[in-house]
Amino acid sequence: MNKGMHPLLMIALVAAVTLCGRVLPTWTLSLATIAAANALISLGIVVLARTGNVSFGQGLFYAGGGYCVALIANAWGLTDAVAQVIIGAICGGLLGLVIGPLIARYSGIFFGMLTLALSMVFYGALVKSTALGGSDGFNVGRPTLFGMSFADPREADFMLYAVAVVTTGIAGIAATILFRSEFGLASLAVRENNLRVEYLGLSANRIISINFVIAAIFAGASGAFALMAQRHIDPQFAYWTTSGEFVFVAVLAGNQSVAAVFVASMALELVRSFSNLYLPNTWQLVLGLFLLAVILFLPRGIGSLWVRSKRGTAKPGVATEREALP
Amino acid sequence: MKSVLSVQGLNKRFGAVVAADALTLDIPAGQKVSLIGANGAGKTTFVNMVTGYLKPDTGSIALDGLDIGGRSPRKVAQLGISRSFQIPQLFVELTAAENLTVAVSGAGAKPLSFRSPAQAPEIHDKAVELLGRFGLADLAERPISELAGGVRKLVDIAMALVRRPKLLLLDEPTSGVSAEEKFATMDRVIHAVSPDAATIVFVEHDMDIVSRYADRVIAFYQGRILADGEPSHVLNDKEVRLYVTGGAK
Repeated sequence: MNKGMHPLLMIALVAAVTLCGRVLPTWTLSLATIAAANALISLGIVVLARTGNVSFGQGLFYAGGGYCVALIANAWGLTDAVAQVIIGAICGGLLGLVIGPLIARYSGIFFGMLTLALSMVFYGALVKSTALGGSDGFNVGRPTLFGMSFADPREADFMLYAVAVVTTGIAGIAATILFRSEFGLASLAVRENNLRVEYLGLSANRIISINFVIAAIFAGASGAFALMAQRHIDPQFAYWTTSGEFVFVAVLAGNQSVAAVFVASMALELVRSFSNLYLPNTWQLVLGLFLLAVILFLPRGIGSLWVRSKRGTAKPGVATEREALP
Repeated sequence: MKSVLSVQGLNKRFGAVVAADALTLDIPAGQKVSLIGANGAGKTTFVNMVTGYLKPDTGSIALDGLDIGGRSPRKVAQLGISRSFQIPQLFVELTAAENLTVAVSGAGAKPLSFRSPAQAPEIHDKAVELLGRFGLADLAERPISELAGGVRKLVDIAMALVRRPKLLLLDEPTSGVSAEEKFATMDRVIHAVSPDAATIVFVEHDMDIVSRYADRVIAFYQGRILADGEPSHVLNDKEVRLYVTGGAK
Protein backbone atom coordinates (compact mmCIF):
# COMPACT_ATOMS: atom_id res chain seq x y z
CA MET A 1 0.00 0.00 0.00
CA ASN A 2 2.21 2.72 -1.23
CA LYS A 3 1.02 5.87 -2.85
CA GLY A 4 -2.76 5.69 -2.80
CA MET A 5 -5.72 7.96 -2.59
CA HIS A 6 -5.39 11.17 -0.59
CA PRO A 7 -7.37 11.04 2.69
CA LEU A 8 -9.45 14.11 1.65
CA LEU A 9 -10.43 12.35 -1.56
CA MET A 10 -11.36 9.32 0.52
CA ILE A 11 -13.61 11.45 2.74
CA ALA A 12 -15.35 12.75 -0.40
CA LEU A 13 -15.74 9.18 -1.67
CA VAL A 14 -17.26 8.04 1.64
CA ALA A 15 -19.72 10.96 1.51
CA ALA A 16 -20.65 10.10 -2.09
CA VAL A 17 -21.16 6.40 -1.29
CA THR A 18 -23.31 7.37 1.72
CA LEU A 19 -25.51 9.65 -0.40
CA CYS A 20 -25.81 6.91 -3.05
CA GLY A 21 -27.79 4.99 -0.46
CA ARG A 22 -30.69 7.36 -1.11
CA VAL A 23 -31.17 5.92 -4.59
CA LEU A 24 -30.18 2.30 -4.02
CA PRO A 25 -32.92 -0.34 -3.88
CA THR A 26 -33.76 -1.53 -0.36
CA TRP A 27 -32.30 -5.04 -0.84
CA THR A 28 -29.01 -3.53 -1.99
CA LEU A 29 -29.00 -1.26 1.04
CA SER A 30 -29.13 -4.21 3.46
CA LEU A 31 -26.52 -6.06 1.44
CA ALA A 32 -24.20 -3.06 1.41
CA THR A 33 -24.63 -2.61 5.18
CA ILE A 34 -23.57 -6.21 5.80
CA ALA A 35 -20.74 -5.86 3.29
CA ALA A 36 -19.48 -2.69 5.01
CA ALA A 37 -19.65 -4.32 8.43
CA ASN A 38 -17.82 -7.41 7.17
CA ALA A 39 -15.28 -5.21 5.41
CA LEU A 40 -14.54 -3.51 8.72
CA ILE A 41 -13.56 -6.75 10.47
CA SER A 42 -11.72 -8.03 7.39
CA LEU A 43 -9.79 -4.77 7.27
CA GLY A 44 -8.62 -5.59 10.78
CA ILE A 45 -7.42 -8.99 9.54
CA VAL A 46 -5.48 -7.25 6.75
CA VAL A 47 -3.96 -4.84 9.32
CA LEU A 48 -2.79 -7.79 11.38
CA ALA A 49 -1.70 -9.79 8.33
CA ARG A 50 0.82 -7.05 7.53
CA THR A 51 2.81 -8.32 10.53
CA GLY A 52 2.75 -11.81 9.00
CA ASN A 53 0.07 -13.18 11.32
CA VAL A 54 -3.42 -14.24 10.34
CA SER A 55 -6.15 -14.48 12.96
CA PHE A 56 -8.65 -17.27 12.40
CA GLY A 57 -10.55 -16.23 15.50
CA GLN A 58 -11.77 -12.69 14.92
CA GLY A 59 -15.23 -14.03 15.75
CA LEU A 60 -14.21 -13.73 19.40
CA PHE A 61 -13.99 -9.93 19.22
CA TYR A 62 -16.94 -9.74 16.83
CA ALA A 63 -19.08 -11.64 19.36
CA GLY A 64 -17.48 -9.84 22.31
CA GLY A 65 -18.38 -6.45 20.87
CA GLY A 66 -21.86 -7.62 19.86
CA TYR A 67 -22.70 -9.19 23.22
CA CYS A 68 -21.44 -6.16 25.19
CA VAL A 69 -23.55 -3.81 23.09
CA ALA A 70 -26.60 -6.09 23.34
CA LEU A 71 -26.31 -6.43 27.12
CA ILE A 72 -25.86 -2.68 27.61
CA ALA A 73 -28.77 -1.95 25.23
CA ASN A 74 -31.09 -4.29 27.13
CA ALA A 75 -29.91 -3.27 30.59
CA TRP A 76 -29.84 0.50 30.15
CA GLY A 77 -31.89 1.06 27.01
CA LEU A 78 -28.96 2.48 25.06
CA THR A 79 -30.12 2.23 21.45
CA ASP A 80 -28.13 4.97 19.72
CA ALA A 81 -26.36 3.46 16.71
CA VAL A 82 -23.21 5.58 17.00
CA ALA A 83 -22.92 4.90 20.73
CA GLN A 84 -23.37 1.19 20.10
CA VAL A 85 -20.60 1.16 17.50
CA ILE A 86 -18.28 2.99 19.90
CA ILE A 87 -19.12 0.59 22.74
CA GLY A 88 -18.58 -2.40 20.45
CA ALA A 89 -15.20 -1.02 19.39
CA ILE A 90 -14.15 -0.37 22.99
CA CYS A 91 -15.21 -3.86 24.12
CA GLY A 92 -13.39 -5.47 21.19
CA GLY A 93 -10.33 -3.34 21.87
CA LEU A 94 -10.27 -4.25 25.57
CA LEU A 95 -10.46 -7.94 24.73
CA GLY A 96 -7.65 -7.44 22.21
CA LEU A 97 -5.60 -5.63 24.82
CA VAL A 98 -5.81 -8.67 27.11
CA ILE A 99 -5.27 -11.34 24.47
CA GLY A 100 -2.92 -9.59 22.03
CA PRO A 101 0.21 -9.39 24.20
CA LEU A 102 -0.28 -13.01 25.29
CA ILE A 103 -0.25 -14.47 21.79
CA ALA A 104 2.04 -11.95 20.07
CA ARG A 105 5.01 -14.17 20.90
CA TYR A 106 3.63 -16.91 18.65
CA SER A 107 3.73 -16.78 14.88
CA GLY A 108 2.52 -18.53 11.77
CA ILE A 109 0.17 -21.47 12.17
CA PHE A 110 0.52 -21.40 15.99
CA PHE A 111 -0.75 -17.84 16.08
CA GLY A 112 -3.67 -18.70 13.79
CA MET A 113 -4.65 -21.82 15.69
CA LEU A 114 -4.44 -20.07 19.07
CA THR A 115 -6.81 -17.32 17.92
CA LEU A 116 -9.14 -19.99 16.56
CA ALA A 117 -8.99 -21.95 19.81
CA LEU A 118 -9.72 -18.87 21.92
CA SER A 119 -12.73 -17.96 19.80
CA MET A 120 -14.07 -21.52 20.12
CA VAL A 121 -13.59 -21.44 23.89
CA PHE A 122 -15.62 -18.23 23.92
CA TYR A 123 -18.23 -19.87 21.68
CA GLY A 124 -18.48 -22.81 24.08
CA ALA A 125 -18.89 -20.48 27.06
CA LEU A 126 -21.65 -18.56 25.28
CA VAL A 127 -23.52 -21.74 24.35
CA LYS A 128 -23.43 -22.91 27.97
CA SER A 129 -24.41 -19.55 29.42
CA THR A 130 -28.16 -19.55 30.10
CA ALA A 131 -27.99 -15.93 31.31
CA LEU A 132 -26.99 -14.95 27.75
CA GLY A 133 -29.68 -17.08 26.11
CA GLY A 134 -27.49 -20.13 25.49
CA SER A 135 -27.35 -21.31 21.91
CA ASP A 136 -30.50 -19.31 21.02
CA GLY A 137 -29.04 -15.96 22.05
CA PHE A 138 -31.40 -13.04 22.61
CA ASN A 139 -33.00 -10.06 20.85
CA VAL A 140 -32.39 -6.33 21.11
CA GLY A 141 -34.51 -3.32 20.15
CA ARG A 142 -34.39 -1.25 16.97
CA PRO A 143 -31.45 1.20 16.91
CA THR A 144 -31.97 4.96 16.96
CA LEU A 145 -29.73 7.83 15.87
CA PHE A 146 -29.20 10.94 17.98
CA GLY A 147 -32.61 10.49 19.60
CA MET A 148 -34.43 9.88 16.31
CA SER A 149 -36.45 6.68 15.83
CA PHE A 150 -37.01 5.24 12.38
CA ALA A 151 -40.41 3.62 12.01
CA ASP A 152 -40.16 3.46 8.23
CA PRO A 153 -38.11 0.32 7.38
CA ARG A 154 -36.52 2.04 4.36
CA GLU A 155 -35.35 4.95 6.53
CA ALA A 156 -34.13 2.57 9.25
CA ASP A 157 -32.15 0.64 6.64
CA PHE A 158 -30.69 3.83 5.23
CA MET A 159 -29.71 5.05 8.70
CA LEU A 160 -27.87 1.82 9.40
CA TYR A 161 -26.29 1.87 5.94
CA ALA A 162 -25.09 5.44 6.43
CA VAL A 163 -23.60 4.75 9.86
CA ALA A 164 -21.94 1.57 8.54
CA VAL A 165 -20.46 3.27 5.48
CA VAL A 166 -19.23 6.30 7.42
CA THR A 167 -17.71 4.17 10.22
CA THR A 168 -16.09 1.77 7.81
CA GLY A 169 -14.91 4.70 5.71
CA ILE A 170 -13.29 6.32 8.75
CA ALA A 171 -11.65 2.98 9.58
CA GLY A 172 -10.42 2.75 5.98
CA ILE A 173 -8.88 6.22 6.14
CA ALA A 174 -7.28 5.40 9.50
CA ALA A 175 -5.89 2.15 8.04
CA THR A 176 -4.49 4.02 5.04
CA ILE A 177 -2.70 6.47 7.33
CA LEU A 178 -1.47 3.53 9.42
CA PHE A 179 -0.14 1.64 6.39
CA ARG A 180 1.82 4.67 5.16
CA SER A 181 3.27 5.47 8.58
CA GLU A 182 6.58 4.61 10.24
CA PHE A 183 4.63 2.15 12.35
CA GLY A 184 3.11 0.58 9.23
CA LEU A 185 6.55 0.17 7.68
CA ALA A 186 7.83 -1.43 10.87
CA SER A 187 4.84 -3.81 10.78
CA LEU A 188 5.91 -4.97 7.32
CA ALA A 189 9.44 -5.35 8.66
CA VAL A 190 8.13 -7.66 11.40
CA ARG A 191 6.48 -9.79 8.72
CA GLU A 192 9.73 -9.95 6.75
CA ASN A 193 12.18 -10.62 9.57
CA ASN A 194 11.12 -10.17 13.18
CA LEU A 195 14.54 -11.15 14.55
CA ARG A 196 16.20 -8.29 12.68
CA VAL A 197 13.53 -5.95 14.03
CA GLU A 198 14.61 -6.97 17.55
CA TYR A 199 18.27 -6.46 16.66
CA LEU A 200 17.37 -2.91 15.63
CA GLY A 201 16.17 -2.31 19.19
CA LEU A 202 12.45 -2.50 18.36
CA SER A 203 9.93 -4.82 20.01
CA ALA A 204 8.31 -7.07 17.41
CA ASN A 205 5.83 -8.28 20.05
CA ARG A 206 4.70 -4.75 20.80
CA ILE A 207 4.20 -4.00 17.10
CA ILE A 208 2.15 -7.19 16.67
CA SER A 209 0.14 -6.43 19.83
CA ILE A 210 -0.78 -2.92 18.68
CA ASN A 211 -1.90 -4.24 15.29
CA PHE A 212 -3.83 -6.96 17.10
CA VAL A 213 -5.68 -4.41 19.24
CA ILE A 214 -6.53 -2.34 16.16
CA ALA A 215 -7.93 -5.47 14.48
CA ALA A 216 -9.93 -6.26 17.64
CA ILE A 217 -11.37 -2.71 17.73
CA PHE A 218 -12.53 -3.08 14.12
CA ALA A 219 -14.01 -6.50 14.92
CA GLY A 220 -15.89 -5.23 17.98
CA ALA A 221 -17.41 -2.35 15.97
CA SER A 222 -18.33 -4.80 13.22
CA GLY A 223 -20.08 -7.01 15.80
CA ALA A 224 -22.16 -3.99 16.85
CA PHE A 225 -23.25 -3.47 13.24
CA ALA A 226 -24.20 -7.11 12.83
CA LEU A 227 -26.24 -6.87 16.02
CA MET A 228 -28.04 -3.73 14.83
CA ALA A 229 -28.74 -5.25 11.42
CA GLN A 230 -30.15 -8.52 12.82
CA ARG A 231 -31.46 -7.16 16.15
CA HIS A 232 -30.47 -10.53 17.51
CA ILE A 233 -27.27 -12.06 18.81
CA ASP A 234 -26.27 -15.67 19.40
CA PRO A 235 -23.05 -17.70 19.85
CA GLN A 236 -22.78 -18.16 16.08
CA PHE A 237 -21.06 -14.77 16.09
CA ALA A 238 -18.03 -16.48 17.66
CA TYR A 239 -18.14 -19.71 15.63
CA TRP A 240 -15.14 -20.61 13.50
CA THR A 241 -17.05 -20.49 10.21
CA THR A 242 -17.97 -16.88 10.94
CA SER A 243 -14.29 -16.05 11.49
CA GLY A 244 -13.47 -18.01 8.34
CA GLU A 245 -15.70 -15.78 6.22
CA PHE A 246 -13.80 -12.70 7.33
CA VAL A 247 -10.48 -14.35 6.45
CA PHE A 248 -12.08 -15.26 3.10
CA VAL A 249 -12.75 -11.56 2.41
CA ALA A 250 -9.21 -10.61 3.46
CA VAL A 251 -7.74 -13.24 1.11
CA LEU A 252 -9.96 -12.01 -1.73
CA ALA A 253 -8.87 -8.43 -1.11
CA GLY A 254 -5.13 -9.00 -0.67
CA ASN A 255 -3.04 -6.37 1.11
CA GLN A 256 -2.52 -4.01 -1.82
CA SER A 257 -5.36 -1.62 -1.10
CA VAL A 258 -7.76 -0.65 1.66
CA ALA A 259 -10.53 -0.09 -0.92
CA ALA A 260 -10.05 -3.69 -2.10
CA VAL A 261 -11.35 -4.94 1.25
CA PHE A 262 -14.66 -3.15 0.68
CA VAL A 263 -14.87 -4.31 -2.94
CA ALA A 264 -14.08 -7.90 -1.90
CA SER A 265 -16.67 -7.82 0.86
CA MET A 266 -19.35 -6.49 -1.49
CA ALA A 267 -18.35 -9.01 -4.19
CA LEU A 268 -18.64 -11.86 -1.67
CA GLU A 269 -22.10 -10.72 -0.56
CA LEU A 270 -23.27 -10.41 -4.19
CA VAL A 271 -21.89 -13.81 -5.17
CA ARG A 272 -23.42 -15.35 -2.07
CA SER A 273 -26.81 -13.72 -2.63
CA PHE A 274 -27.10 -14.55 -6.32
CA SER A 275 -25.71 -18.07 -6.03
CA ASN A 276 -28.08 -18.67 -3.12
CA LEU A 277 -30.94 -17.41 -5.27
CA TYR A 278 -30.16 -19.36 -8.44
CA LEU A 279 -28.23 -22.35 -7.06
CA PRO A 280 -29.65 -22.80 -3.57
CA ASN A 281 -28.09 -26.23 -3.00
CA THR A 282 -24.63 -25.53 -4.37
CA TRP A 283 -23.96 -21.92 -3.46
CA GLN A 284 -20.91 -22.86 -1.37
CA LEU A 285 -19.44 -24.49 -4.48
CA VAL A 286 -19.86 -21.24 -6.39
CA LEU A 287 -18.17 -19.35 -3.57
CA GLY A 288 -15.30 -21.82 -3.59
CA LEU A 289 -14.85 -21.49 -7.35
CA PHE A 290 -14.93 -17.73 -7.01
CA LEU A 291 -12.15 -17.81 -4.42
CA LEU A 292 -10.12 -20.26 -6.54
CA ALA A 293 -10.45 -17.99 -9.56
CA VAL A 294 -9.23 -14.98 -7.57
CA ILE A 295 -6.27 -16.92 -6.15
CA LEU A 296 -5.34 -18.25 -9.59
CA PHE A 297 -5.68 -15.05 -11.60
CA LEU A 298 -5.13 -12.41 -8.92
CA PRO A 299 -2.72 -13.99 -6.43
CA ARG A 300 -2.17 -10.61 -4.76
CA GLY A 301 -5.92 -10.16 -4.39
CA ILE A 302 -8.54 -7.96 -6.00
CA GLY A 303 -6.57 -4.85 -5.03
CA SER A 304 -3.82 -5.78 -7.50
CA LEU A 305 -6.28 -4.90 -10.30
CA TRP A 306 -5.68 -1.21 -9.65
CA VAL A 307 -2.61 -1.04 -7.43
CA ARG A 308 0.67 -1.68 -9.17
CA SER A 309 3.02 -2.57 -6.37
CA LYS A 310 6.46 -1.03 -6.83
CA ARG A 311 7.83 -4.21 -5.31
CA GLY A 312 6.14 -6.29 -7.98
CA THR A 313 6.81 -4.03 -10.96
CA ALA A 314 10.30 -2.76 -10.31
CA LYS A 315 12.91 -2.84 -13.03
CA PRO A 316 14.26 -6.32 -13.70
CA GLY A 317 17.89 -7.16 -13.08
CA VAL A 318 20.05 -7.50 -10.03
CA ALA A 319 22.12 -4.62 -8.72
CA THR A 320 25.64 -5.77 -7.98
CA GLU A 321 28.26 -4.51 -5.58
CA ARG A 322 30.09 -3.19 -8.64
CA GLU A 323 27.22 -0.71 -9.10
CA ALA A 324 27.62 0.36 -5.52
CA LEU A 325 31.36 0.83 -5.54
CA PRO A 326 33.15 3.66 -7.33
CA MET B 1 42.75 1.93 27.82
CA LYS B 2 39.14 1.54 28.97
CA SER B 3 37.43 -1.67 27.83
CA VAL B 4 34.24 -1.36 25.83
CA LEU B 5 33.59 -5.09 26.05
CA SER B 6 34.75 -7.31 28.87
CA VAL B 7 34.08 -11.04 28.79
CA GLN B 8 34.94 -13.30 31.71
CA GLY B 9 34.88 -17.10 31.75
CA LEU B 10 32.23 -17.50 29.07
CA ASN B 11 31.07 -21.09 28.54
CA LYS B 12 28.53 -22.51 26.12
CA ARG B 13 27.84 -26.09 25.18
CA PHE B 14 25.45 -27.61 22.65
CA GLY B 15 25.18 -31.18 23.90
CA ALA B 16 28.67 -32.65 23.57
CA VAL B 17 29.93 -29.76 21.47
CA VAL B 18 31.85 -27.08 23.34
CA ALA B 19 31.14 -23.82 21.52
CA ALA B 20 32.73 -21.54 24.12
CA ASP B 21 35.31 -22.77 26.63
CA ALA B 22 36.15 -20.29 29.40
CA LEU B 23 36.46 -17.35 27.02
CA THR B 24 38.00 -14.32 28.68
CA LEU B 25 38.90 -11.17 26.78
CA ASP B 26 38.74 -7.39 26.88
CA ILE B 27 38.25 -5.13 23.90
CA PRO B 28 39.43 -1.56 24.45
CA ALA B 29 37.70 1.38 22.79
CA GLY B 30 38.90 2.19 19.31
CA GLN B 31 40.26 -1.22 18.37
CA LYS B 32 39.50 -3.08 15.18
CA VAL B 33 39.52 -6.71 16.22
CA SER B 34 39.27 -9.66 13.87
CA LEU B 35 37.99 -13.03 15.01
CA ILE B 36 39.37 -15.89 12.99
CA GLY B 37 38.92 -19.64 13.16
CA ALA B 38 37.71 -22.63 11.20
CA ASN B 39 34.00 -23.31 10.81
CA GLY B 40 32.61 -24.42 14.15
CA ALA B 41 35.45 -22.81 16.14
CA GLY B 42 32.97 -20.70 18.11
CA LYS B 43 33.27 -17.25 16.50
CA THR B 44 29.60 -16.81 15.66
CA THR B 45 28.57 -18.36 18.98
CA PHE B 46 30.67 -15.68 20.68
CA VAL B 47 28.98 -12.96 18.61
CA ASN B 48 25.56 -14.45 19.34
CA MET B 49 26.24 -14.48 23.09
CA VAL B 50 27.55 -10.93 23.14
CA THR B 51 24.48 -9.69 21.22
CA GLY B 52 22.01 -11.57 23.44
CA TYR B 53 20.82 -14.14 20.92
CA LEU B 54 22.34 -16.97 22.94
CA LYS B 55 22.54 -17.09 26.71
CA PRO B 56 25.90 -18.30 28.02
CA ASP B 57 25.87 -21.31 30.35
CA THR B 58 28.27 -19.50 32.70
CA GLY B 59 30.39 -16.38 32.63
CA SER B 60 29.77 -12.67 32.35
CA ILE B 61 29.60 -10.12 29.55
CA ALA B 62 29.96 -6.43 30.34
CA LEU B 63 29.55 -3.41 28.09
CA ASP B 64 31.25 -0.34 29.49
CA GLY B 65 31.17 -2.06 32.89
CA LEU B 66 27.46 -2.85 32.72
CA ASP B 67 26.56 -6.55 32.92
CA ILE B 68 24.57 -7.43 29.79
CA GLY B 69 24.67 -11.22 30.05
CA GLY B 70 21.27 -12.81 29.42
CA ARG B 71 19.67 -9.64 28.04
CA SER B 72 17.63 -9.84 24.85
CA PRO B 73 19.04 -8.71 21.48
CA ARG B 74 16.69 -5.72 21.67
CA LYS B 75 18.03 -4.58 25.04
CA VAL B 76 21.61 -5.20 23.96
CA ALA B 77 21.04 -3.14 20.81
CA GLN B 78 19.53 -0.34 22.89
CA LEU B 79 22.56 -0.41 25.20
CA GLY B 80 24.98 0.05 22.32
CA ILE B 81 25.98 -3.19 20.58
CA SER B 82 24.95 -3.61 16.96
CA ARG B 83 25.73 -6.33 14.53
CA SER B 84 25.58 -7.32 10.91
CA PHE B 85 25.09 -10.89 9.78
CA GLN B 86 26.95 -13.46 7.73
CA ILE B 87 23.76 -13.88 5.72
CA PRO B 88 22.29 -10.36 5.57
CA GLN B 89 19.12 -10.12 7.64
CA LEU B 90 17.04 -7.59 5.73
CA PHE B 91 13.42 -6.90 4.89
CA VAL B 92 13.63 -8.23 1.35
CA GLU B 93 10.32 -6.93 0.03
CA LEU B 94 11.10 -3.41 1.20
CA THR B 95 13.44 -1.05 -0.62
CA ALA B 96 16.92 -0.24 0.67
CA ALA B 97 15.68 3.18 1.80
CA GLU B 98 12.70 1.62 3.59
CA ASN B 99 15.02 -0.82 5.39
CA LEU B 100 17.08 2.10 6.64
CA THR B 101 13.92 4.05 7.48
CA VAL B 102 12.74 1.25 9.78
CA ALA B 103 16.15 1.24 11.47
CA VAL B 104 16.30 5.03 11.82
CA SER B 105 12.74 5.46 13.10
CA GLY B 106 13.28 2.58 15.53
CA ALA B 107 16.45 4.14 16.90
CA GLY B 108 14.71 7.37 17.93
CA ALA B 109 13.99 8.21 21.55
CA LYS B 110 10.24 8.37 20.86
CA PRO B 111 8.04 5.34 20.07
CA LEU B 112 7.23 4.63 16.43
CA SER B 113 4.81 7.25 15.19
CA PHE B 114 1.80 7.10 12.89
CA ARG B 115 3.15 9.82 10.64
CA SER B 116 4.36 9.02 7.19
CA PRO B 117 8.15 8.84 6.68
CA ALA B 118 7.54 11.38 3.91
CA GLN B 119 6.48 13.83 6.64
CA ALA B 120 9.67 13.20 8.60
CA PRO B 121 12.51 14.56 6.45
CA GLU B 122 15.05 14.01 9.20
CA ILE B 123 14.42 10.26 9.06
CA HIS B 124 14.54 10.12 5.29
CA ASP B 125 17.67 12.28 5.18
CA LYS B 126 19.45 10.08 7.71
CA ALA B 127 18.49 6.93 5.76
CA VAL B 128 19.75 8.37 2.49
CA GLU B 129 22.90 9.74 4.12
CA LEU B 130 23.78 6.30 5.47
CA LEU B 131 23.15 4.65 2.12
CA GLY B 132 25.21 7.35 0.44
CA ARG B 133 28.11 6.64 2.79
CA PHE B 134 28.20 3.11 1.39
CA GLY B 135 27.79 4.33 -2.19
CA LEU B 136 24.24 3.01 -2.36
CA ALA B 137 22.27 6.24 -2.80
CA ASP B 138 21.36 5.33 -6.39
CA LEU B 139 19.95 2.01 -5.23
CA ALA B 140 17.85 3.49 -2.42
CA GLU B 141 14.53 2.83 -4.15
CA ARG B 142 15.38 -0.69 -5.29
CA PRO B 143 13.78 -3.57 -3.37
CA ILE B 144 16.30 -5.67 -1.48
CA SER B 145 15.15 -8.71 -3.46
CA GLU B 146 16.74 -7.12 -6.55
CA LEU B 147 20.10 -6.42 -4.95
CA ALA B 148 23.15 -8.69 -5.14
CA GLY B 149 24.62 -10.36 -2.09
CA GLY B 150 27.48 -7.88 -1.74
CA VAL B 151 25.13 -4.90 -1.86
CA ARG B 152 22.87 -6.55 0.70
CA LYS B 153 25.89 -6.91 2.99
CA LEU B 154 26.47 -3.17 2.80
CA VAL B 155 22.80 -2.38 3.53
CA ASP B 156 22.96 -4.80 6.46
CA ILE B 157 26.01 -3.00 7.87
CA ALA B 158 24.42 0.41 7.24
CA MET B 159 21.42 -0.68 9.33
CA ALA B 160 23.68 -1.79 12.16
CA LEU B 161 25.26 1.68 12.21
CA VAL B 162 22.04 3.59 12.75
CA ARG B 163 22.27 3.54 16.55
CA ARG B 164 25.89 4.80 16.51
CA PRO B 165 26.91 1.69 18.48
CA LYS B 166 29.64 1.61 21.10
CA LEU B 167 30.62 -1.76 19.65
CA LEU B 168 29.94 -2.94 16.12
CA LEU B 169 30.13 -6.66 15.34
CA LEU B 170 30.44 -7.59 11.67
CA ASP B 171 29.98 -11.25 10.81
CA GLU B 172 32.04 -11.94 7.69
CA PRO B 173 31.55 -8.56 6.01
CA THR B 174 33.16 -9.66 2.74
CA SER B 175 31.69 -13.14 2.33
CA GLY B 176 29.67 -13.33 -0.85
CA VAL B 177 31.65 -10.45 -2.35
CA SER B 178 33.69 -11.26 -5.43
CA ALA B 179 37.47 -11.55 -4.96
CA GLU B 180 38.23 -8.46 -7.04
CA GLU B 181 35.74 -6.37 -5.06
CA LYS B 182 36.55 -7.47 -1.52
CA PHE B 183 39.21 -4.85 -0.72
CA ALA B 184 37.15 -2.05 -2.24
CA THR B 185 34.14 -3.28 -0.24
CA MET B 186 36.12 -3.48 2.99
CA ASP B 187 37.69 -0.05 2.38
CA ARG B 188 34.22 1.36 1.99
CA VAL B 189 32.94 -0.43 5.08
CA ILE B 190 35.80 0.81 7.28
CA HIS B 191 35.47 4.32 5.88
CA ALA B 192 31.70 4.34 6.29
CA VAL B 193 31.56 2.95 9.81
CA SER B 194 34.41 5.02 11.26
CA PRO B 195 32.34 8.15 12.07
CA ASP B 196 29.77 6.13 14.03
CA ALA B 197 31.55 3.07 15.41
CA ALA B 198 35.09 3.40 16.65
CA THR B 199 35.27 -0.12 18.08
CA ILE B 200 34.75 -2.88 15.57
CA VAL B 201 34.90 -6.66 15.89
CA PHE B 202 34.72 -8.53 12.62
CA VAL B 203 34.62 -12.24 11.92
CA GLU B 204 36.68 -13.00 8.83
CA HIS B 205 38.05 -15.97 6.93
CA ASP B 206 40.14 -14.01 4.46
CA MET B 207 43.59 -13.53 5.98
CA ASP B 208 44.48 -10.77 3.51
CA ILE B 209 41.55 -8.77 4.84
CA VAL B 210 42.51 -9.61 8.42
CA SER B 211 46.13 -8.53 8.10
CA ARG B 212 45.21 -5.34 6.29
CA TYR B 213 42.37 -4.05 8.46
CA ALA B 214 42.70 -5.51 11.97
CA ASP B 215 44.65 -3.95 14.85
CA ARG B 216 44.32 -7.17 16.77
CA VAL B 217 43.46 -10.77 15.89
CA ILE B 218 41.84 -13.37 18.12
CA ALA B 219 42.08 -16.94 16.82
CA PHE B 220 39.40 -19.40 17.96
CA TYR B 221 39.73 -23.15 18.00
CA GLN B 222 37.16 -25.56 19.45
CA GLY B 223 35.51 -22.86 21.51
CA ARG B 224 38.67 -21.46 23.10
CA ILE B 225 41.12 -18.71 22.28
CA LEU B 226 44.15 -20.14 20.56
CA ALA B 227 46.02 -16.88 20.12
CA ASP B 228 45.38 -13.19 20.73
CA GLY B 229 47.54 -10.28 19.65
CA GLU B 230 48.79 -8.22 16.75
CA PRO B 231 48.04 -9.64 13.29
CA SER B 232 51.66 -10.29 12.41
CA HIS B 233 52.15 -12.21 15.65
CA VAL B 234 48.93 -14.25 15.56
CA LEU B 235 48.98 -15.08 11.87
CA ASN B 236 52.50 -16.44 12.20
CA ASP B 237 51.73 -18.44 15.32
CA LYS B 238 52.54 -22.10 14.78
CA GLU B 239 49.24 -23.41 16.21
CA VAL B 240 47.23 -20.83 14.33
CA ARG B 241 48.91 -21.84 11.10
CA LEU B 242 48.21 -25.48 11.90
CA TYR B 243 44.59 -25.26 13.08
CA VAL B 244 43.20 -22.05 11.61
CA THR B 245 44.88 -20.65 8.54
CA GLY B 246 46.27 -23.87 7.21
CA GLY B 247 49.47 -22.09 6.25
CA ALA B 248 47.82 -19.16 4.52
CA LYS B 249 49.86 -15.96 4.67
